[in-house]
Amino acid sequence: MKRLFLAVTVVALAVTAVFALWITPPRADQGFDAVRLLYLHAPTAWIAYLAFGVTALASLLWLLPRTRGTTWDLLAGASAEVGVVFTGLTLVLGSLWGRPTWGTWWEWDARLTTTAILFFLYLGYLALRRTGTTADERGKRSAIAALIAFADVPVSYLSVTWWQTLHQQGTVFNERLSVKIDGSMAFTLVAAVVSFTLLYGYLVLERFELAQLEEGREARELERAIADRVQAEHVEVAPV
Amino acid sequence: MSFLRDALLVAGKDLRIERRSRVALQQIVPFGGVVVLLFAFALDSDRTLLHQAAPGLFWAAVLLAVVLAVGRSFAIEEANRARDGLRLSGLDGGSIFLGKAAAVAVELFLLEVIVGAAVVVLYDVSVRGVVVLLCAAVAATVGLAATGTVYGVLAGGLRARETLVPLLVLPAVTPVMLGATRSFQAALDGVPGDAWPWVQLLAAFAVLAVAAGTVAFGPLLEEA
Repeated sequence: MKRLFLAVTVVALAVTAVFALWITPPRADQGFDAVRLLYLHAPTAWIAYLAFGVTALASLLWLLPRTRGTTWDLLAGASAEVGVVFTGLTLVLGSLWGRPTWGTWWEWDARLTTTAILFFLYLGYLALRRTGTTADERGKRSAIAALIAFADVPVSYLSVTWWQTLHQQGTVFNERLSVKIDGSMAFTLVAAVVSFTLLYGYLVLERFELAQLEEGREARELERAIADRVQAEHVEVAPV
Repeated sequence: MSFLRDALLVAGKDLRIERRSRVALQQIVPFGGVVVLLFAFALDSDRTLLHQAAPGLFWAAVLLAVVLAVGRSFAIEEANRARDGLRLSGLDGGSIFLGKAAAVAVELFLLEVIVGAAVVVLYDVSVRGVVVLLCAAVAATVGLAATGTVYGVLAGGLRARETLVPLLVLPAVTPVMLGATRSFQAALDGVPGDAWPWVQLLAAFAVLAVAAGTVAFGPLLEEA
């Protein structure tokens, strides 16, 4: 099942790559061939928001007593990890695109700044997760931290509408809800979003399974340590 | 009413400890002063540049001090396992939060007055728009203290607490840095009208941070 998922993801990414690199036209107003970065930059940003959304939702489900379970905590962590990677990619790719089109690697623009803050907020979240405590304690601390950090996501997303920014408005979801590109470009963008969402799903699945194995190992090691201890005490106590 | 009385009790306790130990006064406030001096070195004591950047530099110094003040606020709970005492005291988590945040806010406010005086003298700033400055400072300080206290308890009792708190707090308080700097800039430039939207942002942030902390503090204190 997972193999099939991976295969579909790879095929979708390959189709996107073919369209992005060869079939779509270059654009003079977006740095000619540099416009192809759109098919990477926009989907990675979307995945970053999606990932942090999933983290927030899973954290909320962990906090509600009725749905509390380690699954949600591990899912929140797995999704945040993928989200941080994609936020980093968004920043790097945006910077690479900004150089030919805006003439600068970095601009202190609302969208860029809020995204950079997002990156650091979730780096802090991941650091918080790694401080060794019990699973229950980690769950509570990180769930609350995730919900606080999520406040920046809508700010970052809406920053292009709230402030006059150098960063352009949404290509698809803008104020007038009119798609600003057409033909092969629109198709490629949709294909890129779909294939990157598949990739996100696959990565989270892998990371989640790994986290579950880690949890299981810790529990088993603890059990073994207790058993060893009991045995050792028993041997020592016996002669007395 | 007992909610507020409990908060005052906790705030009184923290401030009394600070008055007797003098850590805030003899370590955190001087630290703010050192940062103000460092900025002057960084900008090669260029008076016009320092004068222009004064609001931002002032708030950057305050933000760095917040990390220390929050660290200190929870270090006193770690010693002698005072945290357990606080947990067993029967006080409501929300009132403990308000008390601890209020104590941090008072310390920060004191620090702002002293560091502010240093900035005025060293960076050649003429004070204007005192009402705006005061409103912005109060709103910003409440927001900073509340956010810092939330993250303080979040990282409380963890091994990597000292290094974790700055990473968690500083990105979260960037809206305060922005709002406080802009409103101070507007007030000092003699256009206080431009400052009010930023003061509103600061106030909104403070209200949200206090509300979030009041709700989240109890459960977080229980766990650690």
